[in-house]
Amino acid sequence: MTLLSYAKAMNRALADALEADPAVCVFGEDVGAGLAGLTLGLQQRFGAERVVDVPLSEQAFTSAGIGAALNGMRPVIELQIPSLLFLVFEQLANQAHKFSLMTGGQARVPLTVVVPGSGSRSGWAGQHSDHPYGLFAHVGIKTLAPATPTDAYGLLSSAIRDDDPVVLFAPAGALGVREDVTAPLVPVPIGTARTVRRGTDVTVVAVGHLVHQAVAVAEELAGEVSVEVLDPRTLYPLDRAALVESLGRTGRLVVADDSNRFAGFAAEVLAVAAEECRLLAPPRRVTRPDGAVLPFAPTLDRAVQPSAGQLRDAIRAALK
Amino acid sequence: MSLPHLADPAGRYRTMRLIRSFEELALEWVRSGLVVGGTHPYIGQEAVAVGVCAALDPADQLTSTHRGHGHVLAKGADPGRLLAELLGRVGGLNGGRGGSMHAADFSLGILGANGIVGAGAPIAVGAAWAARRRGEPTVLASFFGDGALNQGVLLESLNLASIWRAPVVFVCENNGYATTLPAASAVGGSACGRAAAFGIPAETVDGMDVEAVRAAAERAVERARSGGGPSFLECLTYRFEAHHTMERRFRLSYRTAEEVASWRERDPLAAQPPGAAAIDLEVAELLSSAAGFALASAEPDPATATDHLYASGLRPRSGAAL
Repeated sequence: MTLLSYAKAMNRALADALEADPAVCVFGEDVGAGLAGLTLGLQQRFGAERVVDVPLSEQAFTSAGIGAALNGMRPVIELQIPSLLFLVFEQLANQAHKFSLMTGGQARVPLTVVVPGSGSRSGWAGQHSDHPYGLFAHVGIKTLAPATPTDAYGLLSSAIRDDDPVVLFAPAGALGVREDVTAPLVPVPIGTARTVRRGTDVTVVAVGHLVHQAVAVAEELAGEVSVEVLDPRTLYPLDRAALVESLGRTGRLVVADDSNRFAGFAAEVLAVAAEECRLLAPPRRVTRPDGAVLPFAPTLDRAVQPSAGQLRDAIRAALK
Repeated sequence: MSLPHLADPAGRYRTMRLIRSFEELALEWVRSGLVVGGTHPYIGQEAVAVGVCAALDPADQLTSTHRGHGHVLAKGADPGRLLAELLGRVGGLNGGRGGSMHAADFSLGILGANGIVGAGAPIAVGAAWAARRRGEPTVLASFFGDGALNQGVLLESLNLASIWRAPVVFVCENNGYATTLPAASAVGGSACGRAAAFGIPAETVDGMDVEAVRAAAERAVERARSGGGPSFLECLTYRFEAHHTMERRFRLSYRTAEEVASWRERDPLAAQPPGAAAIDLEVAELLSSAAGFALASAEPDPATATDHLYASGLRPRSGAAL
C-alpha cells in the first residue's frame, strides 16, 4: 500500500512527462526551489534549461510558452496564485486559445497552465483566493479540476499530452488529500466524469475539493437519502453524457461549485439539465455569492465558500 | 542563405513594389466592399519589412502586427493567398479564418500577424528560446510599432530576451503615431532607451532607406545567430495612408498635409534600380493573377465555421437549440 498525496501525484506526473518527452519544459516563478511543491526536485533532476525559473513577468513568460509551443515544445506554466490568471487572461483567452482557428489549423498550442493551490487557502484574502475556472470554461479553454491524487496525476498527464491549451486548477482544499494507490497511475482522458458514489435519489455534481465534502455529506445523509456524487473532473469540455445518464436515474440535481454564482459553472450544469433532462424537482446549487471577493477574516472567508451545511440543505430542498 | 527574392537590390525593390501595389489593391477592395472589415495599410513603410527580411534566412521566423501585410509578403507569402485571406476565402493563407490582422504562413516561418499591440514580442521570445533549445539556428524578427513601446508586456519581453540571450531582433517601426497619438506625446524616454535599459544593443535607422535597414538588420541577425542575444532596431518611418481604412471616412486632422507631403518625398520606392519599369510591369501582372486566384477562390462552407477551433479535434457544442 502506498499513501500518495495530491501534491506528490502532481509532482510525479510532471516528472514522468519530463522524463518521457524532451519537448516538455516548465516555466514558472520559484520552480527551481519548488516553492509550490509541483516542481520539487525537478530542476535538480532535469536541469535549469528545462525547469526554468522566470522573472515576475507572468504575461511575457506565458506568451513565451505560446511561442515555444508553436515551435514544438510542450510547456507547462506554473502560476502560484489563482488570481494571476486574470493577469494572463489575454495570453490564454485571446492568444493561445485562438491560434488554431485563426491560423486555419496551421498552429497548435500545446500549453498547460497549472495553478497548484486554487481557491481559498484561508487567510490569503481578496487577491489570492479566486477560483475562476468558469471564465476559462466559458472561453472554451480545456479546464480541469481534479479532486484526488489519482486524477491529479492522470489529468495533468493528459493535459501535457494534449495539443490544445489546458488550464488545470489544483484546489488548495484538495492538496492535502492522500489516497491509497494500488493500481498504476495512468493518464485520465480529458472530458470524462467519474461517479464517485452511486446513489438513486439525487445527483450531486461537485467540483474539485468539494467532491470530498459531497461524499461526506452523502454518507451523513445515507439513512435519509441515496446520494449519487458525480465528479466532472473536466469542467470543459463537460462530460454531458455522464451527467444526463445520472440524472436519468435520479431525476434530481444539486451542484456544489466553489466559484461565483452568476454565470458560473453550476449555472451551465443546470442549463444542461434543463435542456436535456426531465427533472422531478427544481435543481439547486451551492456556490460562492454573486461576484464574490473573499474577505480576509477566517469566519468571513468561510462564509462565502460553499459549506457542508449548505449542501445538506440543498439536497433536502431538491428532494421536495 | 538569405531569402532569394530579396538577395539583390532589384529583388528588394520588386518586393517593395509588390507590397505597395498589393496595399493599393487592398484599399480599392475595401472601398468597393469586396473586403469586409478593413485593413491597416503598410504603404510608406515598405523599406522596413523588406530591409529586415533581406537579412533573414528562409528558416528564420517572424511575428507581425495588425499592419502586417508588408511583413508577410516580404517573408515570401503568396500574394494570391494573402488576397484570398483578405476576402475570407478558402484559398487564403488561413483558409479565411484569420483575415488581414491574423495572416500567417507557418511553412514560411510567419507566426502570424496579431490584433493586440505588442502581443507578438513575447511569442517571438518563446519561439526563439525553443528553437535554440532544439539546436536550430533560427532567428526571430519581431515587428511592432511605436504604440507597443508603452505596452508592459513588450518591456517584459525585452527583459526576458535579454536574460535568455534569445535570438530575437526587435524591430520597432516608429511611424510617429499610435493611431492618432503622436509618439512625442506618448513615449517617455526613447525607443532605444527602453532596449538599452535591459542591456540590449539598440540603434535607430532610417526606415525609409531599405539598404540602411538591411545593413542594420544584418548586424542584428548575425549577433543573434552567433549567440550574442537580442538586438533592437528603431526604424524611423511613416505611413502615407490612414491608420486603418475606416479612418479615411472620418477625415481626421491629426497630421498636417505638409507633414504627410514631406514624408512622401522620402518615398522608399523613389530610388529605382535599373529596369524598374519592367519590374513594375512584372509586379502588376503578378498581382493581376493573384487577384484572379483570390476572386476565384470559394467562400467557406458555413458548416465549417468551428473547424480548427481545437487542434486536438474536439468539436464544440452548437449554438443552436437542441
